[in-house]
Amino acid sequence: MVRASSLDLQTGMEEPGPSDSGLSPDPVIALVGNPNTGKTTLFNALTGLNQHTGNWPGKTVSLAQGSLRYRGKRFGVVDLPGTYSLLANSPEEEVARDYLCFGSPNATVVVTDATCLERNLNLVLQVMEITPKVIVAVNLIDEAQRKGISIETGRLAEELGLPVVPISARLRRGLPLLLDRVDDLISGRLTTSPRCVRYDPQIEEAIRRIQEELPDLGEISLNPRWLALRLLEGEVALLEKLRARLGNNLVTLCSKAN
Amino acid sequence: MPEVGRLGLNHQENIGLSQENEIRDRLVSSIYRRAAGIASLVVKQEREKGVDWDRRLDDVLTSPWTGYPAMLILLGIVFWVTSLGANYPSRLLAGALFWLQNELLSVFIASGSPEWLYGFLILGVYRSLAWVVSVMLPPMAIFFPLFTLLEDLGYLPRVAFNLDHFFKCAGTHGKQALTMSMGFGCNAAGVVACRIIDSPRARLIATLTNNFVPCNGRFPLLITLSTLFAGAMGAPATIIGLILLGVTVTLAVSWLLSRTLLRGVPSSFTLELPPYRRPDIGRILVRSFLDRTVFVLMRAVSVAAPAGGLTWVLANLETAGNSLIGHSALWLDPLGRQLGLDGFILLAFILGLPANEIVLPILLMSYTAAGSMLEVDSLSTLRQLLISHGWTWVTATSMLLFSLLHFPCATTLWTIRKETGSWRWTILAALIPTAVAVVVTLSFAQLVRLF
Repeated sequence: MVRASSLDLQTGMEEPGPSDSGLSPDPVIALVGNPNTGKTTLFNALTGLNQHTGNWPGKTVSLAQGSLRYRGKRFGVVDLPGTYSLLANSPEEEVARDYLCFGSPNATVVVTDATCLERNLNLVLQVMEITPKVIVAVNLIDEAQRKGISIETGRLAEELGLPVVPISARLRRGLPLLLDRVDDLISGRLTTSPRCVRYDPQIEEAIRRIQEELPDLGEISLNPRWLALRLLEGEVALLEKLRARLGNNLVTLCSKAN
Repeated sequence: MPEVGRLGLNHQENIGLSQENEIRDRLVSSIYRRAAGIASLVVKQEREKGVDWDRRLDDVLTSPWTGYPAMLILLGIVFWVTSLGANYPSRLLAGALFWLQNELLSVFIASGSPEWLYGFLILGVYRSLAWVVSVMLPPMAIFFPLFTLLEDLGYLPRVAFNLDHFFKCAGTHGKQALTMSMGFGCNAAGVVACRIIDSPRARLIATLTNNFVPCNGRFPLLITLSTLFAGAMGAPATIIGLILLGVTVTLAVSWLLSRTLLRGVPSSFTLELPPYRRPDIGRILVRSFLDRTVFVLMRAVSVAAPAGGLTWVLANLETAGNSLIGHSALWLDPLGRQLGLDGFILLAFILGLPANEIVLPILLMSYTAAGSMLEVDSLSTLRQLLISHGWTWVTATSMLLFSLLHFPCATTLWTIRKETGSWRWTILAALIPTAVAVVVTLSFAQLVRLF
């Protein structure tokens, strides 16, 4: 029973990003993370909405939207389906990736599971390739403590070049700090300097050359390095979507390619 | 889009790679290496504190030997507590609501209002509402929190894990075990959940068979009837038997579909078993009450009120010496008898198409409205009412079977229409279960007749 408005998977995206809806200029926070890391719990805690949470992976297939008020400002919140990667192998991954690319949220919170951080970091590393406006929430910190796991969040923030906030969405711990960081990031008081993955020299060289040839994408603000990576992979579905959005600009993109 | 794609392809060739998978593999392994590197710097695992309870529990709950018995025992406890605990509050509620009915009736009669008015309002609308509340509320208020508790603990994915093997044998996707579990909540929700299955073929199979597990709307009927005819001790076994039958039918029909209409090979998937979590009891009570109990009850009430009024009208409009309901029931009776039911029961299933919740109330309405004005104020008088209409354990079993297997409710059908985008699959989704229900109940009734 999805209560909040949900978007249809099949018909593609109608993202509520600020670029589309002239009526609601509220900045948008996207929640993304591996399945069953407590995104929906965090979403409920933040928005006061009562999405049904379940202790199983794959509960959220569509986007749920809500809003919250903090420091007297309104923010939109979008709960993305849980996904292990952004390689678009499954509908969930595609929905999450397309939203991050084309929905241009003002801040993205990657919700990670402190009890299995390593696997969750794979997603963080992929998200920060798309957008630098990322905050890492290390959730389930209470559960990790019970299991004798401790996370050096300061060191983690250093390694990633992103703000890291330990939270427990279930016990509502750490949420004000998380919202402080989000607000700082959106208002520009905080900037990130993500330390993205460096690939092997051959690939880095290819990325550099593709980037040089990339045309101006107009109002679509895709990270050129990320786009170069996808082009290198030859990802057809994404190219189709780009064509749908670029329209005339595509001609330039094509002519430059030849 | 070959033109833009060439930009990337040119460079793939430049670095001596022609396979896109090869590039992706190299990218992914770089990402994984980096993630492992960071994790080794920031994650400190202290010496394991005591026992790893998660592993210990999983050794029992997901082992091939103890997994299935544990599943049955857990479900058994849930249904045992439900049918035992629902009896008393049900009697209290029925007593109070039917006392109020009589008070309301005497007020109407004293004020000299016409018979059709208080008949429609009190004996039609009010009485069906009283039925819905007193018969459905207590079992729901006990069952849903218990079920939510299992969900919150993290047990449901283990059920999916245990069942995965069977679904593979049936030629479908293992995730169907998850969408089937969702169906226990609500078949419409289960159908929406089928989106998590990537393969269109396997998704259709899961959609068409979701109805074979009893949803929230049908559990009250199953619990009430099995408590009445098998007693508080026999009810859990009966319900578990029905659920096992439902799962078996799901697998059998899936197998059949994957060999005929929807041929193909099963694809694999990764199922992550979440950690067991200490459930938040307060939240479970509130959520299961608001999201499930009140949701289902309100849906039942909003459908039952007009349906109750309509049933009363049908039962009291007479032509040719019999009420409309009597005529319809009489017409359906031969078919009903063949299935071990009667015309009224079949009619209740048909009138109950909008929502399964109202099948039992409609049946009781048409029984009581069509003559025997028995005062029904507790479960034991409910049993007498049914027996006075010729019910035996065979009737009860047939009705349980039919309820388990018959066509989905209108909401579910509408959801299937929306999800599949095709009337053909929607009609099949109604026809397949109905055919199965008829075949199973018919065979059961004929078998019993033989002995």
